[in-house]
Amino acid sequence: MSIIETTKLGLVGKGLDRLDGPFKVMGKARYSAEFPAKKITYAVGVGADIANGKIRSINTAGAEAAPGVIAVITHKNRPPLVDGKTFAGGGAQGELRMPLADNVINHAGQYIAVVVAESLECATYAAHLIKAVYIEEDPVVVFDDKRAQRYPAKQWFGEAVTKNRGEAQTALLASAVSVDNKYRTPTQSHNPMETHATMAVWEGDKLTVYDATQGLYNTRKALALSFSVPESNVRVVCKYIGGAFGCKGAMWPHVLLTTLAARAVNRPVKLVLTRAQMFTNVGHRAETEQRVALGATADGAIQAIIHHGTSHTAVDGEFVEVFTKATPMMYASPNLSVSQDLVKLNKQMPTFMRAPGETPGMFALESAMDELSSAVKIDPVDLRLINYAKRDPDSGHPFSSKSLIQCYKLGAEKIGWNKRSATPGSRKEGDWLLGLGMASATYPTVHFNSMCNGLLKADGTFLFTSSTHEMGTGTCTVMSQIGAGRLGVPVELVTFELGDTDLPMAPISGGSATVGSAVDGAAVEIQNALSKQLSESPLSPFSGVPQEKIVVSGGKFTVVGKSETLSYVDALKLLKLPSLEVKYQTHFNDKAKSFSMHSFGAHFVEVKVDQDLGTVRVTRVVSVMANGRIANEKTCRSQVHGGVIMGIGMALEEATLFDSRSGRVVNRSLGEYYVSVNADIPPIEVHFIAETDKEINSIGAKGIGEIGITGVAAAVANAVYNATGKRIRHLPITADKLFV
Amino acid sequence: MTVNGETKSVSIDPRTSLLDALREYMGLTGSKKGCDHGQCGACTVLVDGRRINSCLTFAVMYQGQKVTTIEGLANGDQLHAVQQAFVKHDGFQCGYCTPGQICSAVAMLAEAKAGCASAVTADLAAANVTLTDEEIRERMSGNLCRCGAYPGIVEAIRSLAEA
Ligand code: FES
Ligand code: FES
Repeated sequence: MSIIETTKLGLVGKGLDRLDGPFKVMGKARYSAEFPAKKITYAVGVGADIANGKIRSINTAGAEAAPGVIAVITHKNRPPLVDGKTFAGGGAQGELRMPLADNVINHAGQYIAVVVAESLECATYAAHLIKAVYIEEDPVVVFDDKRAQRYPAKQWFGEAVTKNRGEAQTALLASAVSVDNKYRTPTQSHNPMETHATMAVWEGDKLTVYDATQGLYNTRKALALSFSVPESNVRVVCKYIGGAFGCKGAMWPHVLLTTLAARAVNRPVKLVLTRAQMFTNVGHRAETEQRVALGATADGAIQAIIHHGTSHTAVDGEFVEVFTKATPMMYASPNLSVSQDLVKLNKQMPTFMRAPGETPGMFALESAMDELSSAVKIDPVDLRLINYAKRDPDSGHPFSSKSLIQCYKLGAEKIGWNKRSATPGSRKEGDWLLGLGMASATYPTVHFNSMCNGLLKADGTFLFTSSTHEMGTGTCTVMSQIGAGRLGVPVELVTFELGDTDLPMAPISGGSATVGSAVDGAAVEIQNALSKQLSESPLSPFSGVPQEKIVVSGGKFTVVGKSETLSYVDALKLLKLPSLEVKYQTHFNDKAKSFSMHSFGAHFVEVKVDQDLGTVRVTRVVSVMANGRIANEKTCRSQVHGGVIMGIGMALEEATLFDSRSGRVVNRSLGEYYVSVNADIPPIEVHFIAETDKEINSIGAKGIGEIGITGVAAAVANAVYNATGKRIRHLPITADKLFV
Repeated sequence: MTVNGETKSVSIDPRTSLLDALREYMGLTGSKKGCDHGQCGACTVLVDGRRINSCLTFAVMYQGQKVTTIEGLANGDQLHAVQQAFVKHDGFQCGYCTPGQICSAVAMLAEAKAGCASAVTADLAAANVTLTDEEIRERMSGNLCRCGAYPGIVEAIRSLAEA
């Protein structure tokens, strides 16, 4: 297998089974709705029926009188809350508006009440008895609505959105060959299998919240602020997350509502979102409309790249789906222009969804590359090689590592790219038209600071702790492997604990960032602390030897010229220490200022399209990823599978549909918002190109959670074009678009 | 009702679904709620060996019946063969759909053994079903996995079908 062949440097970690696997398969892993509490009560959120307007009156009498109901809270009787900050504004909230703040309705499904009752059944029933009368205005939910407010997106997390190199428009017009088209991606919903769940427990002014979140510390800070209690009084726990993909990154209003309700009824309150609420109350990926124009010489050298477009935001806040983010970096071109507009719609605030920006952006850019390849009559892989960027054309910095050429080559070989016919619609098998397509994948490596404690116990086992998250990424497994790898001990001796703000600070688990460097750093601290004491203590055989002469290798401390070798436990015993504890904090990697840090990859996809029905089936996928060091081959492969599968769903099925008259989401269920099922998914071959990257971080690893989805939709669309000669620029690629 | 071999008696609201009865009243949180509408399979449990969506049915309908949940498959710490295969082949990521997938797989293997056909079975009258990958995918498509662990799930079940 290619993975093993390229691992002589130990760059691909063992495909170790997940250490928490047995808990998960036995049903013992506790997700956020599953912690017991005495005298628990159940809350249900009630959503607005309209998308724009005001509540004229709200009748809660029926609900209050229903059996088992303890409290009904609306904007009329909501206890005070201190205003919080949005995620983009340095806080945690997904949206700026505080829940039940007033009678204004900005989107359908916005909470208008919360019911607390003795049982879930009572609360659910009573929620239906709440009757609101509205002053309704026509909602604005489509881009080309004349009333929609449109304005340029300026900045996103401190980065300018608009970028220019040379004279793109002039160069485009002067190009021998050019393509200039519009691409559209719909609103998409994350739909992790676990819906959001929160349980709040107050004891005096001490608060414990069990919450499905990718950002424990952020949530704690936000709760402390809004409820006016010190952060040290708030504990947030999340041991396992049942999938997130970005929607559990920010804190959504139900967390505040649950906590507020618990304080109001003076009992623990549990609130679990319904599946329908997952479409209207926890963000979504914004819809986009993108123009991509490429101009090239007759031999395929790109002279101009233009990427402009629009995404939506909420009427009362700003979220930018930065689909132009990767464009300036991706291909060498002397002239470039990227910019984005925002349009305010009566939808909830959009949020981060798996590879935010790159996912819709790479669909457009990589589709356009395929269109250029047809126009200039150069094979799609060759075209990408001709325009390969050796340095980052945007920043001018060298890449810390980039193995994209190897990805293209291995992918082409594995899928059998030479079987592809350049003429669309020329391969057939019975009623099925066959096609091959490819696209590049990319995602930046993100750094956030984090902390980790390390503990060496008297029995020779190690415990690392950091309040990061397990959302399917295999965090505790991979972190144990990283710790064990640095210490030079078997992974069985290492435990990693996460998911609790009582543990050292970890950042939000987003942007494929992890706490691997912190674990690695804590392991080094353990070694340093022991070396230091071995060098200084009279009890040590290495007493008086300068610390730097004490070498740790294979889990043993040695000194050249001395016969003694000491294991970690030997060292503890000799030094008469009961145990050893260290703390470590990562620091911003200065090299990020002089190197461009990205993962790259390539997807190759084979499809068949029924020529009469327009049904599209993906029949094979080969994905080759260059992600630095692969800490665990098994979990990393699964992460890429997951990205590719979500990408296939995006290409062929997924769209959150809004009724243009009412502004309500039409398909608020898993029966009507289609995600890929098992039968939709063909064999997916994943290969890793092992990379040594000394700049990126101490462990040489790049994130892998997001890159897998980038480019997949384009690869599918390009394969559909190759099969049928039809270019679908508006996702999803459904039968009606293919054969009407 | 008998759950995982133990007699359980709870007094609950007649509107309580079997899933909520297990999760909220019996402390058996292994069965998951993904949609509460019979659209995702996360709540799959076995009733007399057959797979059902426990969110779509009332608990009171199972008085006196035998229900097996994910917690009842292992023998102490000894994992059931399907559970072992899921761990070995990484048939999950977040683990939330997993109890449903595993219960579903246990029943599905039995259905295939009994000769039940699926939508992709070529010969409906055949006494034996060969669990090809296509058959496995079809028969497991009532269990959604948003993490996209399908390749591992198919591998895990294939390893048992071949055994
Ligand atoms: S929770 Fe029962 S099928 Fe989804
Ligand atoms: S493992 Fe996460 S939904 Fe299947």
